[in-house]
Amino acid sequence: MNIVVCMKPVPDPRRWGKLKLDPRTMLLRRDEVPAVINPLDRNAIEQAVALRAAGPGTVTVISMAPREAEEQLAEALAMGCDRAYLLSDAAFAGADSLATARCLAAAIRRLGDVDLVCCGSYSLDGSTSQVGPQIAELLDIPDLTHVTALSLQGGTLRARCATEGGETVYECELPALVTFDKEVNVPRTASMTGIMRAVSAGVTCWTAADLGLSPAEVGLGGSPTQMLNIFTPPAARKGEMLEGSPSQMAAALVAKLGLRRHAS
Amino acid sequence: MDFDLPREVRLVRRAVREFADATVAPLVEQMEQRDEFPATLARSLGDLGVLGLVTPAEYGGSNLGHLARTVAVEEVSRVSAAVGISLQVHHMATAALGEFGSDAQKAKYLPALCRGDSLGTCAITEPTGGSDLLGMTSTARAVGDGYVLNGRKCFITNCHLSEAVVTVAKTGEGPKGISAFIVEKGTPGFAAGRHEHKLGLRGADTGELVFRDCHVPRENLLGNEGDGMTIALKTIGEGGRPGMAATSLGILQACYDESVRFAKERTLYGRPIAQLQAIQWGVAEIFAELQASRWLCYHASWLKDSGRDCGVESTLAKMYVSEAAVNAAKKAVEIHGACGAMMEYAVQRLFRDAMVCVSAGGTTEIGKLVVARAALA
Repeated sequence: MNIVVCMKPVPDPRRWGKLKLDPRTMLLRRDEVPAVINPLDRNAIEQAVALRAAGPGTVTVISMAPREAEEQLAEALAMGCDRAYLLSDAAFAGADSLATARCLAAAIRRLGDVDLVCCGSYSLDGSTSQVGPQIAELLDIPDLTHVTALSLQGGTLRARCATEGGETVYECELPALVTFDKEVNVPRTASMTGIMRAVSAGVTCWTAADLGLSPAEVGLGGSPTQMLNIFTPPAARKGEMLEGSPSQMAAALVAKLGLRRHAS
Repeated sequence: MDFDLPREVRLVRRAVREFADATVAPLVEQMEQRDEFPATLARSLGDLGVLGLVTPAEYGGSNLGHLARTVAVEEVSRVSAAVGISLQVHHMATAALGEFGSDAQKAKYLPALCRGDSLGTCAITEPTGGSDLLGMTSTARAVGDGYVLNGRKCFITNCHLSEAVVTVAKTGEGPKGISAFIVEKGTPGFAAGRHEHKLGLRGADTGELVFRDCHVPRENLLGNEGDGMTIALKTIGEGGRPGMAATSLGILQACYDESVRFAKERTLYGRPIAQLQAIQWGVAEIFAELQASRWLCYHASWLKDSGRDCGVESTLAKMYVSEAAVNAAKKAVEIHGACGAMMEYAVQRLFRDAMVCVSAGGTTEIGKLVVARAALA
């Protein structure tokens, strides 16, 4: 079974206090906070490596990111992935979720013979949840999102998917794409022998030309989303103290919340 | 000049930190209370692969090197210096076996040690002292197909946890009259004795080993007869001292982390005490010691990985960092005020742990002898 995991480096959540927006470009200044593997992508790696252990096949991890992402790809190799590809090109800069999905889908097509694509349900920085389903659409394969449990019998996936207020169990044929929530597993820690293997395996870099994508399909030019502005909303919350007896305060609170007492 | 750690060492730091936070941290309180090394931890360390950091892949290791080993011991010690010393002493044994063992000895002992079937140890110190090697009284008398060992080793880390110990005894007189042996648990005449209870590093197994007419086959001689002094000096100088330096470095890092956290949380005069100059100076002193110590440790390990002589630098690192950790721990306790004396705060443990690291692997005074000899040469 050949599995591809899509991985995104995100700013280390433990250092978010140091994150800043560049006032000129309106983008996150990522160079000031070290990157880590997007936490849900670690769940995707774990699931892929565990599934591969059940039979022959490979796990390939891919990422569209700047060159520095080789570090997170190496960590993914150390966690048990077999091969790593970095999709990196100056032309990719400014990509929205669709242009990103286009790159990742092109890379998966080029890898060929892929049974399952695994992604995190969302990235901790962008949190759009769009890239996974967009890749599936571009590859014309089914996708299951927010998966919290997965099993595989023959060529059929059975997945429990979190929904608002409940869960739904789906079955689907391979090839397919799955995005994972954190409840699905506990990601493994990279082992020392894994790190040794990662160092010798190395990372292959593909550019837009390698993927057969034109400038109009990638980066800012290939992105229908145009960001006009980004800003930190003013913190306008302020507290208000209610006075009186408990019943008076409760009544005042209900009135302020715009609630109406139900007829009893 | 490149001050960045190599990628593989950065990955080692990330992985070991994750392991230490998830697996070691929940065991610390139990180790403090029971003063026992947790039964399952050797296997967990083996699964992570840190037991084989300085062992070649063909014998089950990852051979990521001594800088990686230093960072791993530092990261474990940041959470538990007791586990840190256990790990670093284990590495002393695997390094000695890897460097001086025959192919058969390496094949027999190293894979099990890398898996964590048991932890390794090097038993050198005797009641007469650790640094006075020529003053040792343990003997190994040649008989037929082997040797008969008699004597007692003390303050031995991992001594009850090891299935096979590396030890030294006198086979003659003078520097060439010491030989090294591998002695397996269960060998008649060999037993682990009393379990020591220490001021700090509680949970690290420390005790004595006793040899009474213990017959060791010739194939368990490590290196050649008379190589014991070389093996012991190299194992202590290039393994034990940088290992204790790394253990102390982890304590120093924890002192810094705990002090910064407390200084930002604790309020006095209506503001966090981090805004008081008296506290700022203390944090700055700990930070300076941390930075200086870190580079001393990494430099010594880098020399070792480069195949260069690192004996003096390793001793310098051990001498400096273990003292720096005591100073930092004292400062950290002071920053915590009355809380620093309370058992529920980590800094009291860090202070006790730092004190034990000063004598382990050679006292500061022995370190000064070695460093002075090089400085005055």
